[in-house]
Amino acid sequence: MKSKISLLTFAGAAVAGAPALAADLNVTVEIPRLSVAEYHKPYVSIWIENPADASAAGTLAVWYDADNKEDHGAKWLKDMRQWWRKAGREMSFPADGISGATRAPGPQKLVFAGSKGALKALKPGQYNLVVEAAREVGGHEAVRVPFSWGKPGKPATAKGSAELGAVTVSVK
Amino acid sequence: MTFKKRLLAVAAVSVALALPMSASAHRGWLLPAFTTLSGDNAWVTVDAAISNELFYPDHRAMRPDGIQVLGPDGAADKIQNASTGQYRSTFDVQLTKPGTYKIFTASNSIMASWTENGEVKRFRGSADDFAKQVPAGAVDLKTIKMASRNETFVTRDKPSTGALAPTGKGLELVPVTNPTDVVATEAATFKFVLDGKPAADLEVTFIPGGARWRATPGEIKVKTGADGAVKFTLPEAGMYWVNAMVRSGETGRGPGGPGMGGPGGAPGGPGGAPGAPGGAPQAPATPLAGNGVSASYTAVIEAQRP
Repeated sequence: MKSKISLLTFAGAAVAGAPALAADLNVTVEIPRLSVAEYHKPYVSIWIENPADASAAGTLAVWYDADNKEDHGAKWLKDMRQWWRKAGREMSFPADGISGATRAPGPQKLVFAGSKGALKALKPGQYNLVVEAAREVGGHEAVRVPFSWGKPGKPATAKGSAELGAVTVSVK
Repeated sequence: MTFKKRLLAVAAVSVALALPMSASAHRGWLLPAFTTLSGDNAWVTVDAAISNELFYPDHRAMRPDGIQVLGPDGAADKIQNASTGQYRSTFDVQLTKPGTYKIFTASNSIMASWTENGEVKRFRGSADDFAKQVPAGAVDLKTIKMASRNETFVTRDKPSTGALAPTGKGLELVPVTNPTDVVATEAATFKFVLDGKPAADLEVTFIPGGARWRATPGEIKVKTGADGAVKFTLPEAGMYWVNAMVRSGETGRGPGGPGMGGPGGAPGGPGGAPGAPGGAPQAPATPLAGNGVSASYTAVIEAQRP
């Protein structure tokens, strides 16, 4: 009994202080090259979802046009509608360590450090990584990839059909 | 020039016709271009009309004069850039603060009849004027109380409820689910109150817009429980016209009643500027058949795409 308690205490300390369990989340997002008359790079939010109730457990990245003359791009943040409703509207922008510029077509390799931001406080367990894209005069799509946080795991992939290509997630 | 003037005259006439209590199939609505907005410089444009088909302006413009705005803190805000065309008015609301705005018309009025020196007197106007113009202890006093409200909601950033507090007059929506947070295929709950008390067993109708491209109206009817709450799930994303009505006793208007919610809430309604000032005798006046209450509630909400 006693040893169990101390183990739990130790685990708790490790989560809070991060290092012992702090794997990183490796994500590759493919932004598809689209042959359309008017192309704008998509706004993209990358966030963590609790699969049980579809609530947001943290936002990792938001790519938008903060230099846009119309309200610093904030006007269109709501178009990433699921993220906006579950997380975005609670935040203020630009958000440190989260805001970023929109990205060009091609695979975007990202590493989210387990010791920082939303991952730092994320309890071990099953989650979805959600990549949600909204493109000006284009469409909207959200791709979900399940991952297990707390221990290294094999990469998992899901593929979008229009606004997003393959999204690959691995905990390393 | 002359032609222009004539056009204006025509427009004025049709505006005058856009009075409350027009035929019952006509639905009043305030239709915002967006219900969810983000950023510090958010504006929303709104159409205001009374139409048959939802949401196509095909009948009358709703006059912008009586359209009110409550900001997220519950304080009065304003409409801007209002203009009225043949079939609709348009205006803008600037969302200077984060939270939920309510854009609405509301009217509360009383119709009354009584006997004074053997003569039947009639009154129609606001509750304030009623108190002033109808003598206390009037003989044979009969009253018909009418309340009508027509609303829509727009949220910038995070939703709030400061603008949504019920006034305790007439039929009102109390959010359980914020009206800008309704998502197609997901259950949502609204509560209705009549004069501040739960409106039990109230039939609430949801009619989707886009009527022109559907063979059937697609209306959804649900009923409130004892607590005035109703849980509903809208099947498709889009704008919906929400309507509920309570009537008891006399309506004073025979069949058809006070219209399908919307027009009653149109500006220039009984609460604002009664056409015939209260107390002005309408000879020969006939007494009301009895007492009555009628209250209608109308709103336009969006079911967001999941």
